[in-house]
Amino acid sequence: MDENNVILRLDNICFGYPGAGKKVLDHLNFSIHAGQKVGLIGPNGSGKSTLLHIVMGLLRPDSGHVEFLGQRPETEKDFRLIRRQVGLVFQNADDQLFSPTVLEDVAFGPLNMGKSPDQASEMSVRILNELNLNGFENRITYKLSGGEKKLVALATVLVMEPKVLFLDEPSTGLDESTREHIIDILNRLDITIVMVSHEYDYLARTTQTIYTLNNGKVEYCCNSEDLHTHYHSHPAGRMPHGHEDHR
Amino acid sequence: MIQETFAIGSSPMHRMDPRLKIIAATVFSVQTAISDHFFTLITALILGVAMVILARLKFFLVLKRLLIVNGFIFFLWLVLPLTFPGEAIFSLGPLDYTLSGVILSAGITLKSNAILLSLIALTGTSYLATLGYALNQLKVPDKIIYLFLITYRYIFVIEQEYQRLIRAARVRCFEPGTNLHTYRTYAYLIGMLFVKASARAERVYHAMLCRGFAGKFHTLRQFSFTKSDLVWAFTLSAGLMFMGYLEWMKTTLF
Repeated sequence: MDENNVILRLDNICFGYPGAGKKVLDHLNFSIHAGQKVGLIGPNGSGKSTLLHIVMGLLRPDSGHVEFLGQRPETEKDFRLIRRQVGLVFQNADDQLFSPTVLEDVAFGPLNMGKSPDQASEMSVRILNELNLNGFENRITYKLSGGEKKLVALATVLVMEPKVLFLDEPSTGLDESTREHIIDILNRLDITIVMVSHEYDYLARTTQTIYTLNNGKVEYCCNSEDLHTHYHSHPAGRMPHGHEDHR
Repeated sequence: MIQETFAIGSSPMHRMDPRLKIIAATVFSVQTAISDHFFTLITALILGVAMVILARLKFFLVLKRLLIVNGFIFFLWLVLPLTFPGEAIFSLGPLDYTLSGVILSAGITLKSNAILLSLIALTGTSYLATLGYALNQLKVPDKIIYLFLITYRYIFVIEQEYQRLIRAARVRCFEPGTNLHTYRTYAYLIGMLFVKASARAERVYHAMLCRGFAGKFHTLRQFSFTKSDLVWAFTLSAGLMFMGYLEWMKTTLF
């Protein structure tokens, strides 16, 4: 991949939570290229969510830099501009949906970006239709089912037309049909995607390259193609397991 | 769960501009609360009943709400006439049941019922969220409206979290009693609820930041003040002015 094509670069990031002895992220380097679909896998507590929060500027690293399209955001104001182009879907949809109705929640982002109420409504309805959520506009967010909440949460981020989309554990707690629906949506999207998960098969079906986050560092793991064939031949592919012997 | 049953409907009350409803309910409540004369209060009650009828609400459900409030008022009828000085209607041993106490209790009963009916008919016929946006357009400070809307949104989540904690205690054979263990457990539960609520507040705020939140709350809703709203504004003002007139003329029964 050519160096000019890098959309997001993490440069020597260190981060530790106060009181915890060990650093969660330890001189971490990671680059994402435009158009890439990347999976990031790691055990619980390996710092996957921390990494996403650092990219979004919700947490500031102890040292190191985030670089987006060649710019280094430092202040909250800088990060605000970045957040217009980088979307994050939270692990728990309840954290993301805070407006009373679906339409209002989806329109929240566009309104913050300075769109008029009419434009914001129109964009929101369009994205809801694209995600097969027609007629959800006036549904009450807290009364949605878990799967519906997840899809609406995805809509609230996609409506902002991000260049890069981060997803934090998008498949947890979802039934098979919602999982398939989300896989289908993600595969249709023509943007850079970084997906954090600890399910190999989910990553294999939605991304091209998989990295691991281990001991505070990102390391190349494998190409999804290899895992893909493997997924079909292995009914228990969802369980974390080694794959060297299957290649 | 808050069901907002009264908010469903298409009566004239439901269609009225929520801003007008908020203003009317506020003025009506204040005016009723500060009025003293019985003709005024009875007029207020009649207006309240009329508005509820116009809202085409289920009679039984309205009655149920009224009963809750009147349950408290019942105690006033027990206590006030016995403690208020004045001419005795009858005596219970050393205690006099006084006429002035009865008049006071009756006044309070009329006032509370009239105010409650008007609130049911006016504000109860809009969704809480709609009221939030209407308040926003009435220039109520943003922060109060966030508090209002976000409390409304997360009260259910916090309730679920509370239920989860209680269940977790129950499956491990927790039985509340009058002992230190119970007090400690409840203190932990409530403490944990605060911790969880605050952690959730932070996550929600982060999610808002990620979607470009910069401190200003924008709204999709545009309310339009129609001709029929104008008619309603005049009708409601006329009713309120009539109440004011009765009060000013000191029209009284007693």
